[in-house]
Amino acid sequence: MDNNNSSRETSERSGPTRRVIVQGAIAGSLAGLGLAGVAPLSRARAAADASKWPKDAFAQKTEADAIKALYAGKMPEASDKVNLDAPEIAENGAVVPISVSTTLPDVTSIAILVSENPFPLAANYPIQPGTSPMVANRLKMAKTSKVIALVASGDKVFSASKEVKVTVGGCGG
Amino acid sequence: MASTIRIRAVSSGDTTEVQALVQHPMDSGFVKDAQGNLIPPHYIQVVEFEHAGKAVFTAYWGPAVSKDPYIKFSFKGAQKGDDLTVSWVDNKGATDSLVGKIQ
Repeated sequence: MDNNNSSRETSERSGPTRRVIVQGAIAGSLAGLGLAGVAPLSRARAAADASKWPKDAFAQKTEADAIKALYAGKMPEASDKVNLDAPEIAENGAVVPISVSTTLPDVTSIAILVSENPFPLAANYPIQPGTSPMVANRLKMAKTSKVIALVASGDKVFSASKEVKVTVGGCGG
Repeated sequence: MASTIRIRAVSSGDTTEVQALVQHPMDSGFVKDAQGNLIPPHYIQVVEFEHAGKAVFTAYWGPAVSKDPYIKFSFKGAQKGDDLTVSWVDNKGATDSLVGKIQ
């Protein structure tokens, strides 16, 4: 009993390495039994599907390329119907509260870009019919930068932007 | 283990306002640890909110979303007492989900 407890503690302290080895061993033994088709680490099926994640757009290193990847070359038009709420000065770049709302009709997505971040696209929200075209979240900002809100409405893209000053960056060590 | 997700969904009239917090490091891949080694990127990519079997809201996130992310949105068509399912998946394939009640 005591033995058992202490070994469990050890495995927790030594981090993932031991667990990985154990899982590997289990997977190996299952494969040996001809059960390779049964995923040994299968989890409860979740709805969130990583395959739909817009990898291309998130990988772009400039604002223009990210916009191109998101909207297939459509250029955004500045619009006062896009309401971007961000602070003038963010004391902590690691947590900058930003919200976007719009009065435009038929909104299909809202995206937020931080121009000076290593990867400008921060978040993209497809908007379902029945969901209000409004979203609030918190983003990291490497340094003082323009923040751009993009709203796809009908077959056009509209934007609003704001300069946010950052005193302590959120992407450095 | 306690869930990584906390959700608060409040219905008022036709609209349900949802606020959710997820516990996650959201490592961007640009930050160094105490030894000066880069911490590899580890962040949530997709968050999905479902009501009555239908997706009501999806978030695609990059590494620029803050640690322990917060999200707020609202949607129409739900009633008090309905279930709202939240699930997320990160870039390492880890997932979690939670069913919350609309208040």
